[in-house]
Amino acid sequence: MIHTQQLTRTFVSGKETVEAVRGIDLDVAEGELVAFLGPNGAGKSTTLRMLTSLLPPTSGTATVAGIDVTADPAGVRSRIGYIGQKDGAGHNYRVWDELLMQGRFYGLDKQRAIARAGELLGTLDLESMKMRKVSTLSGGQKRRLDIALGLIHEPALLFLDEPSTGMDPQNRANLWDHILRLREEFGTTIVLTTHYLEEADTMAERVVVIDHGKIIADDTAEALKAEQAGDRITVTVGAEDLPTAREVVGQAGSEIEEQPLDGGAAISFRVDAGPVALPGVLHALGDKGVAVKAATLKQPTLDDVFLNLTGRSLREGAEA
Amino acid sequence: MTAILDSAATSARIAHRSVLGDIKAVWTRETLTILRDPFSLIFSLIQPLVFLGLFGPLLSGVAGDDGLGFGSTLQFFLPGVVVMITMFGTSMTGANLQFEIMTGAFERILATPLARPALLIGRALKELTPLVVQALIITLVAVPFGFDLFPAHVVVGLLILGVFGVGVGALSYALAIATRKNEWAFWAVQQSLLFPLLILSGMMLPLETGPDWMQALSKANPLTYIVDAERVLFSGTFDDSAVVYGIIAAIVTSAVGLWVGVRTVTKTVL
Repeated sequence: MIHTQQLTRTFVSGKETVEAVRGIDLDVAEGELVAFLGPNGAGKSTTLRMLTSLLPPTSGTATVAGIDVTADPAGVRSRIGYIGQKDGAGHNYRVWDELLMQGRFYGLDKQRAIARAGELLGTLDLESMKMRKVSTLSGGQKRRLDIALGLIHEPALLFLDEPSTGMDPQNRANLWDHILRLREEFGTTIVLTTHYLEEADTMAERVVVIDHGKIIADDTAEALKAEQAGDRITVTVGAEDLPTAREVVGQAGSEIEEQPLDGGAAISFRVDAGPVALPGVLHALGDKGVAVKAATLKQPTLDDVFLNLTGRSLREGAEA
Repeated sequence: MTAILDSAATSARIAHRSVLGDIKAVWTRETLTILRDPFSLIFSLIQPLVFLGLFGPLLSGVAGDDGLGFGSTLQFFLPGVVVMITMFGTSMTGANLQFEIMTGAFERILATPLARPALLIGRALKELTPLVVQALIITLVAVPFGFDLFPAHVVVGLLILGVFGVGVGALSYALAIATRKNEWAFWAVQQSLLFPLLILSGMMLPLETGPDWMQALSKANPLTYIVDAERVLFSGTFDDSAVVYGIIAAIVTSAVGLWVGVRTVTKTVL
């Protein structure tokens, strides 16, 4: 569905040249659900804009839905759906008018546009909003309308730029219901950008981590977490049990760290498949007569992955 | 198999497109704002009438009875008002675009396969739609007050204005995109260009009595040729070099405007 080679984009402002995207190689197969994850200013949106032909690349190539973005941008645009960060629907228009006009913009005939607009109002719970002015809709309703606008021509590939930014958790969950249903029913390939870790973690099958205009990791969330961070078990034991505990832990895990506490210590270590390893470790400790006072299992988040890859946390990454 | 069927269906859905169809689609969307809110149109119809009613009598005092060689003051002044409302309407259109850039609707439309020139032409034509109605109304209202109506000439005059207006509209869009980060800059540039252009075209007051430098500047102002052409046409003459110069000025303005406009749309990162 997508194939890029050394896709690069630089911006010149005044005397300064900013390399927003530096040589991205990416392949996305049909039916994939891919999230571009990275801090603000990492180059996610710029990459998306090149893939949607809104922005010509400085160098490199991209083929999207079988078409070269530089050679035939209109061809790319007619085959994809794009949902930007801001409101897609004009504030001074009525919901129904915007849907029909969007159909016309994609070259649907009137009958087809009416049929599609009707279907989408139903699927996205917007039927009662049909004749309302867009400016009177709530944030969640506007977002659902944006999705409807992006789907009017039934694209096989859908791009979403930060689709859930600024939404409350309920609306976000609702939005995701719609996106996932779309995928299930039509096998739509979906590429989105996000800086919400949880979103990339739970929703996307494949996470492409972008930082400073480069892809620094590309895998499933599970694999990234397992490779880049791993699960950590921490057990707290008394001073008298410390030597035995060290011995057992040494066999069960790696990257062992010890933090002294009053009358004992907390030993933490990395294991594969934490939930499965934990009972075994506790058993082994018990067998050797170690009285475990507390045990915790910490599974990594994508933030740990990002921290491990860049030395920075995504949570504090508010650099624009 | 499903994949093959799907892609066949997709290519069947990708309809034959034409720039004209795209222009019509954009024009239709823009015109919906008028249809859904007709009060704004009614209001905009009154404005030029007020102008004509308040300015015309003053001018006739200055110009005398022969209307500066056009027979009557109305005959001289009315085409000027028509050109003026066209300039006001089309030069301000960028503000609408700026609003849609701000809210995000323009980006959504940019992501559709619409031809880029259609985005500008369709919008500019929308601004001209009420202007045609305005022009017809003030012309008809003026008839009982001694304005001689030449329908065929008026139609040609409006066509020239239409071509010219598309160019001005496209330039206004380019300005709107260039100043999208600060709204006031759009108005500052638009206002500080609009009034000198209007005055130096001899639209309101004749320039024949003005100083040489003003006359020289007016020669470089494309609007001058439009105003001259409209005056000649509204007074019922086709056979005058002013008409030819007007047509040339309209086409050149339109071509330059669209070139600048389309370039700005495709080169700018919103």
